Amino acid sequence: MSDTGHPRNPARRDAARVLAVGAAALAAPMLSAQARPQQYIGLPSYRVGPFAAAGSAIFGGIIDVMTHVNMTGGINGVELVWQECETEYIPARGIECYHRLLTWGAHRNVIFEPLSTPMAYGLLGRLPADRVVIPQFGFGRSDAADGRVFPWLFAIMTNYWSGASAMINWIGAREGGMERLRGKTIVHLYIDNAYGREPLPVFRALAPRLGFTLVELPVALPAGLEQGAQWTRIRRENPDWVILWGFGPGMNSTALTSAARMGYPREKMLGIWWAGAEDDVVPAGPAATGYFATAITPGGRDFGIVREIERVVYGAGRGNLADRARIGSVYWNRGLAMGSMWMEALRTAQARFGRGQVMDGEQVRWGFENINLTDARLRELGLHGLMPPMRLTCADHEGAGVIKVMQWDGARWNIVTPEWVSSDRAMVRSMVEESAARYARENNITPRVCPA
Amino acid sequence: MFYRETGNFRASYAQDARIFPLALDRVAILVLLALAVLVVPSFASNWLLMAILIPWLILSLAAIGQNIITGYTGQLSIGSAGFMAVGAFACFNFMLRIDGMPFLLAVLLAGLTTALVGVAFGLPSLRVRGLYLAVATLAAQFFIVWTLENVGWFTNYDPAGVMTAQPMVILGYHFASPAEKYLLVLAIVALLALAAKNMARSNIGRSWMAVRDMDVAAEVVGFRLMRTKLMAFAISSFYCGVAGALFAFAYLGTVEPSAFSILLSFQTLFMVIIGGLATILGSFLGAGFILLLPIFLAIFFDFVTGGVFDKALLSAFEVLLFGAFIIFFLIVEPHGLARLWQVAKERLRLWPFPH
Repeated sequence: MSDTGHPRNPARRDAARVLAVGAAALAAPMLSAQARPQQYIGLPSYRVGPFAAAGSAIFGGIIDVMTHVNMTGGINGVELVWQECETEYIPARGIECYHRLLTWGAHRNVIFEPLSTPMAYGLLGRLPADRVVIPQFGFGRSDAADGRVFPWLFAIMTNYWSGASAMINWIGAREGGMERLRGKTIVHLYIDNAYGREPLPVFRALAPRLGFTLVELPVALPAGLEQGAQWTRIRRENPDWVILWGFGPGMNSTALTSAARMGYPREKMLGIWWAGAEDDVVPAGPAATGYFATAITPGGRDFGIVREIERVVYGAGRGNLADRARIGSVYWNRGLAMGSMWMEALRTAQARFGRGQVMDGEQVRWGFENINLTDARLRELGLHGLMPPMRLTCADHEGAGVIKVMQWDGARWNIVTPEWVSSDRAMVRSMVEESAARYARENNITPRVCPA
Repeated sequence: MFYRETGNFRASYAQDARIFPLALDRVAILVLLALAVLVVPSFASNWLLMAILIPWLILSLAAIGQNIITGYTGQLSIGSAGFMAVGAFACFNFMLRIDGMPFLLAVLLAGLTTALVGVAFGLPSLRVRGLYLAVATLAAQFFIVWTLENVGWFTNYDPAGVMTAQPMVILGYHFASPAEKYLLVLAIVALLALAAKNMARSNIGRSWMAVRDMDVAAEVVGFRLMRTKLMAFAISSFYCGVAGALFAFAYLGTVEPSAFSILLSFQTLFMVIIGGLATILGSFLGAGFILLLPIFLAIFFDFVTGGVFDKALLSAFEVLLFGAFIIFFLIVEPHGLARLWQVAKERLRLWPFPH
């Protein structure tokens, strides 16, 4: 039955309680007495595998948000129920989970967030038929920001192209002005897959325009641990900045220890937001001190929603994280932000299509497309500082295109940009539209016409 | 008592040489095929079709390819996923660059392309054996994937390197729904499995098995080693190539090199080892075991334990149990699941009588 938050701490469980809870869990599907209408969401989580740290924290955050919503009256009285399916970050398992989670009893899934770019690509074709939204919060195809070609796919908050552009903007500001980038060398150290290659079009476009030299250094799959050759090259080139585009503690902490060994200052390294979590830097030990990383959702406990969830959900012993020390970690906060976006989409949909009713796929999609997170609304939700104000529309499935930058001081992440750093929105949008148009041509899709 | 050979008379050489000499077997296979073609598409859910049956059929085909080279010919090959990748990309490029290319022809050409690539990477088998050949085929796996990722022409210069597979259209009919894809895959796999079974029973299969048993003796007796080994690589790669094309077009829906990683190569090898080397049935059983057991374990644990246990612990436990199952089956029957089935049939000859 639904994971309505059973205690996770094994120390507190005793056999009788386990049996009772187990019996209730087994009996629950048979209790068809639905006191409240239920909105079902399928969660293709990964808690096993090389990226388990990210997956368990993010999906834990999403589940905590949904538990909190349930504990505070649901969304206008609608209760959230969910089912998890372990994908182990393998695309084939992701597809299997997609089909398995599509229906559950009488419920139909409306949101499917695989948290994996390859899986999102694979499921693209099925979304219109199955009426499922893939929100893609801070990952996935960058051209999904063009909602006219990808009505069911979003690139919420910031896609990789905006992120890459914003990173260059921050580096320019750090150097004392964008014109100071002329003549500088920037290395893009990336894992050699679709995710790592995603920002290349932006970097390659910006390099001649701003006058810096781009050096591309791919790191071999699958784990990205073999970086000796790349760091020897970096030592030879002595670039002004190294952009680290990895995923998983293996590659990221290896990069930091290699940098320390080569004597390359960590203060000249900037990581993507999937290379900027506690799990990525702690294994590197003191080698990680001074390293900068982008954040679409920064870490820290100093946010309204973090405090609220800790107080209400963990206070009642219904939190999803097994280790409470991870409250306030970068990935868990990201899960909170993601979950909150989904709730906001559902609220927006309900405001239009019927308060207190279960929303279907098309209505949820409309809800996402009409999210308007103003500053005031962010403060209401406790998300101020964790997410920027953003507005999604039919044509713009991205909304913000901004980042923050944090620096690791050995013990915690400190936010060094109190304001959000923006990207070159005009340039990124034109690239997005061009790429989306190309996709539409190749796949015989007629782009929608959005109301002006 | 139930599995009798009495009463089955053969009146011609053709009858004697049938794949299923017993009438009972023939009826059973026809019933199975009838169920697969008529009943399953109408009653199976989308999940069963898309996530269970289609990948099982496709990976069985790849396992047949692996069985041909490893089971029948005894050449240890860990490059099957690389050959699948060649098949997928060849099919994609044939359909992309030649206007009006029919899907089935593209699959056939993709298989032939993969056969050529397989022959090229099979050349080391003429000089090295065993583990050293395994390393050479491992090189094939990595080299193929690297080439497909880094030579932009194969991916049509797509920046992400992940392309959406074209729709499968045969004679104007678009195979889009899961049931239609399933029937198409079933037809292709059934035909190719029949061909493989016949090849294994004929002269070419016997030449493979002679090379497997003792290649020096085979050469002395008159089998042409180079031709036999390269033919084995070619046919095995053809099967892997067709399986790869179907994997990308009928299952994943995308054509990307990372779907054909070394993990898939090891999986096909384990499929034939667990299923039974040098058997066609073993390919199907092994594919079912390796592919489907983890899924069923996950569903089973989910059903039994509800939401009580920590999900991460449960997922890790499933992986553990899967490994334990592999060890158990290999101890109980080292010759694989196909041999278990054969033993079962032997027992059924007598059962319920003791002798």
